[in-house]
Amino acid sequence: MNAHAASPSSAASPRAPLALLAELTHRCPLSCPYCSNPVELTAREAELDTDGWADVFRQAADLGVLQLHLSGGEPASRRDLEDLVAAARDAGLYVNLITSGIGLTRKRLEALDAAGVDHVQLSLQGVGPAMADRIGHYRGSFTRKMEVAGWVADLGLPLTLNAVMHRHNFKDLPETLDLALDLGARRIEVATVQFHGWAATNRAALMPTREQAREASRLVLEAREKLKGRMVIDYVPADHHARFPKACMGGWGSTGLNVTPEGLVLPCHAAQTIPGLEFWSVADHPLAEIWTDSPAFRAYRGTDWMQEPCSSCERKLVDFGGCRCQALALAGDAAATDPVCSRSDRHADLVAAIDAEADAPAPEFVWRVAPR
Amino acid sequence: MSAAPARSAEGTRLPAHAASTPPPLPDASVPALPRGVRLHHDRVRQTWVLLAPERVLKLDAVGLAVLERVDGARTFGAIVDDLAAAYNAPREQIAADASRFLDGLIARRMVDLAR
Ligand code: SF4
Ligand code: SF4
Repeated sequence: MNAHAASPSSAASPRAPLALLAELTHRCPLSCPYCSNPVELTAREAELDTDGWADVFRQAADLGVLQLHLSGGEPASRRDLEDLVAAARDAGLYVNLITSGIGLTRKRLEALDAAGVDHVQLSLQGVGPAMADRIGHYRGSFTRKMEVAGWVADLGLPLTLNAVMHRHNFKDLPETLDLALDLGARRIEVATVQFHGWAATNRAALMPTREQAREASRLVLEAREKLKGRMVIDYVPADHHARFPKACMGGWGSTGLNVTPEGLVLPCHAAQTIPGLEFWSVADHPLAEIWTDSPAFRAYRGTDWMQEPCSSCERKLVDFGGCRCQALALAGDAAATDPVCSRSDRHADLVAAIDAEADAPAPEFVWRVAPR
Repeated sequence: MSAAPARSAEGTRLPAHAASTPPPLPDASVPALPRGVRLHHDRVRQTWVLLAPERVLKLDAVGLAVLERVDGARTFGAIVDDLAAAYNAPREQIAADASRFLDGLIARRMVDLAR
């Protein structure tokens, strides 16, 4: 979220968070090979119940959270989604529903509308059934999505299309933008796949080439100018092809928090891949205390934890050393400089590896499996 | 919708500021907050914000004064008249400021304009 300009929050007294992402469930009818859910998925019985979530929403609003993202898995897999939306609005939150569309009916959307959902963000796996159903690993998903998009437009709800781009569908970027316009989307997210969760497992199968990444950036800049005032384009460029990393979460523990289906509070959705971090649960602690004091949030908040070259780098308050989870995955140390950064001593090896992956034929996908 | 970026035609160089200042909104146009964009009082930070898809915009007194009058019925002209009276300020100045502010929001689909 590009919100109040980020100023560093110190480890001792963080500023209030602006956004909370609620992973209501890990259940999802689709099996996208880049799903950001952890490889270890939470079972249905362990999920927080309606009252549990409603309490989290109230605490979040009291803490200063303004925007709530209802996500998953597929949030529509929760039968109480309508109640959850109503509870979030009651708490005073702006409610963004992040959905694949599967599991929504017109009737349910009408109920969600009545409950006060502010914005619908629909994922798009491809511009036609061939690509979309293949990536989601679900026959009929594309047709259903288009139907859902039509209902969203009918009801007058604002629609964002969320298109994850990778080596297989980058070629369809112009058609993706056209489709979003046709569907009446006010906004589109063109997000190059980020290599967390299942996407890390499928890196070679998803990695775009350097040319694809470059061409996408060019197309997006051009389209942004042309579509100004019609459709907003938010763009997540290819991480591995950039000179500097992105500021993951706008700085660890500075802007937002994630709550897992069972109520663990994470600084980012992939934080559980970092061994040794201690996460607190909403069952044991008030949310405000978790935000300020829990070891996981304190671990990489601010800049004190940094090593060289980050600690003496002039960009350290710009990108906060990149992504901690990526540093762990690629450098074996979560406090290291994100190897995506050209100043990391691991950068050259990483670039060689991904170039080789992107140039080699794509291996088969490992599909996300369903939680029990 | 919003004006295309001014391109300097052959031989006519526009000064930089003219190129970036679009003409003021027509008095008869009617700005409106579309569904999914709403004013909100942030009680924790004690400020007004405009909430929109994936956006939180902190409002200063001027922005708030303008948006409080954007109701999808009042014309831009009427809004400017009202502000000029309320703040006892020259109408042209108010029109230019409000126009610039709303234009920025229109470009980001946070305000719609009916003419
Ligand atoms: S990325 Fe795909 S599999 Fe994962 S939650 Fe979203 S739609 Fe489901
Ligand atoms: S060295 Fe660290 S702080 Fe500097 S640009 Fe790279 S990741 Fe960012």
